[in-house]
Amino acid sequence: MDYSSIIKDNLISLNYFLPELLLTGLIIVLVIADLFLKDERSPWLSFVALAGCVVVLLSVIAQFDLGSRSLFQHMLVVDPFSVFFKLLFLASAIAVIFLSIASVELAGRPVGEYFTLLIALTLGLFLMASSTNLVTILLSIEFVSIVSFVLATYLKTRRRSSEAGLKYAIYGAFSSGLMLYGLSLLYGLTGTLNLYEIGDVLASRDSNGMALTLSTILILAGFGYKIASVPFHFWSPDVYEGAPTPITAFLSIGPKAAGFAVLIRFFNVALAGEPANGASQWSALPELDWPMILAVVSAITMTLGNLVAIVQTNIKRLLAYSSIAHAGYALMGVVVLSQDGIYATMFYLAVYYLMNLGAFLVVIVFQDLLGSEKIADFKGLAWRAPVPAIAMAVFLVSLTGLPPTAGFIGKFYLFAAVIKAGPAFYWLAVVGLLNSVVALYYYARILKTMFFDKAAEENSISVSPYYVTLLALLAAPTIILGVYWAPLQKLATNSVEFLRAL
Amino acid sequence: MEVGLNHYLALAAILFSLGLFAVVTKKNAVTVLMGVELILNAANINFVAFARFIDTDLDGQIIAVFVIVTAAAAAAVALAIVLNLYERLKSINLDEADSLAG
Repeated sequence: MDYSSIIKDNLISLNYFLPELLLTGLIIVLVIADLFLKDERSPWLSFVALAGCVVVLLSVIAQFDLGSRSLFQHMLVVDPFSVFFKLLFLASAIAVIFLSIASVELAGRPVGEYFTLLIALTLGLFLMASSTNLVTILLSIEFVSIVSFVLATYLKTRRRSSEAGLKYAIYGAFSSGLMLYGLSLLYGLTGTLNLYEIGDVLASRDSNGMALTLSTILILAGFGYKIASVPFHFWSPDVYEGAPTPITAFLSIGPKAAGFAVLIRFFNVALAGEPANGASQWSALPELDWPMILAVVSAITMTLGNLVAIVQTNIKRLLAYSSIAHAGYALMGVVVLSQDGIYATMFYLAVYYLMNLGAFLVVIVFQDLLGSEKIADFKGLAWRAPVPAIAMAVFLVSLTGLPPTAGFIGKFYLFAAVIKAGPAFYWLAVVGLLNSVVALYYYARILKTMFFDKAAEENSISVSPYYVTLLALLAAPTIILGVYWAPLQKLATNSVEFLRAL
Repeated sequence: MEVGLNHYLALAAILFSLGLFAVVTKKNAVTVLMGVELILNAANINFVAFARFIDTDLDGQIIAVFVIVTAAAAAAVALAIVLNLYERLKSINLDEADSLAG
């Protein structure tokens, strides 16, 4: 290909890159607007950020009709799969902006940098979901990591936030170093950085299984860090506890979903055979049994997350371990290499967005009202502040996976996909079921504390209408999607297609 | 003796192991970050060596340049965080950053 056609191709690609360009523009607008604002704490910037996100949302929705297309010499891709995740990231960003506006923790801190970094993080997540080249995978993961280190340390005068940032940065740098070494081995085995070409090379000849397994495990370090799966989960409880709670909420949804997006794309494009015509199931490379590796990681992740969550006394730490466990559940869908599995994982991540964000919103409300994150201090809260307590009940029931909530439907699809794939992974479904029972115990313990334990004080606490509205906006879909989930099902079914070959 | 691909790979593997050793055993935050740099540079040596001996175009060398840039950015942010922690704790020992536990 000569240079003029390369330039022409890149210029055409720009048309399909509109949401990312708009986000970049929004970042620049926020930085410049911050310079001209007299009061560093004025709420105007949050409205600018919100308005910008809505514009980007419209441009992302417009991308649904584009189909699949490779951009910038196969560096990035636009396909329904990436558009689905972009919608999820934008929804998270918008929700987190709403949480940040009212947060007492963040009050009195300069907002310019905060919203700039938040939007930058969203841009990084967009790129992660659409990367199809080892260079863009590396750059987008580093982009997301570096920005989230700063956001986790945002309350830098508080010791806990400083420590959270330190642990995040050290584990992050370490795991991306491991991933990079794995990527270098993969490059050595195939001689190309393009995921599609890697897939073709590996499929066309026998590779050294040992080297391939080693490189895959090292690469899994980078992805595992983002989704907080064992053994790269150590940062997550500390960071969830120390970071400002709105940021914790964002980190538990955005980078986790982006980690799943890049993991699904990487493993299925580079390390799996293409499905035969019209088949909904495909197989991994014969020399590398990565579904088994992921299945073991998934089983250990959910078991460890759930077992350690039982003994937690701090609600943010408990939600951190529960979020580790949920990464394990969502991995079950990736293991089975089928349309159903990927569909179930995507559905689950969307549902997880609602219920986990809701749970963190309740934590923020209680934090503001009580000044405490200890579960023991939630005694009798159902009688003092019924609205957040009832909302929390909805979110926790959904996180447990009981009907009639969206969490039940999400888990149902995951287990159905695992069972449908055949007897090889029946054991994983059994482990998942046992884990759901364990999870019921610690989620129910919070509910018991709130509803049945006697409160130390009797006076009722008033919750601001702003929080009540937000709670209702998150709790209502959690229940509605548990009864009538066809809209989300349709969205996920349409988005399960990703660009498999050039 | 001709220096071939295997020599570079062995050098990179040794660097990687040293870096891994530093990250796992050291308690000083700056030393751990230095270990991470060793791991990143081990990967870089791999990339450049593979680009020279296996690949026909410059992919590996390009990614090496990107790695140098992102490593610098990550190190800058990490060191700023370490500096901030030093102001709180008067220490950069990872074992003393223990207020988050349970």
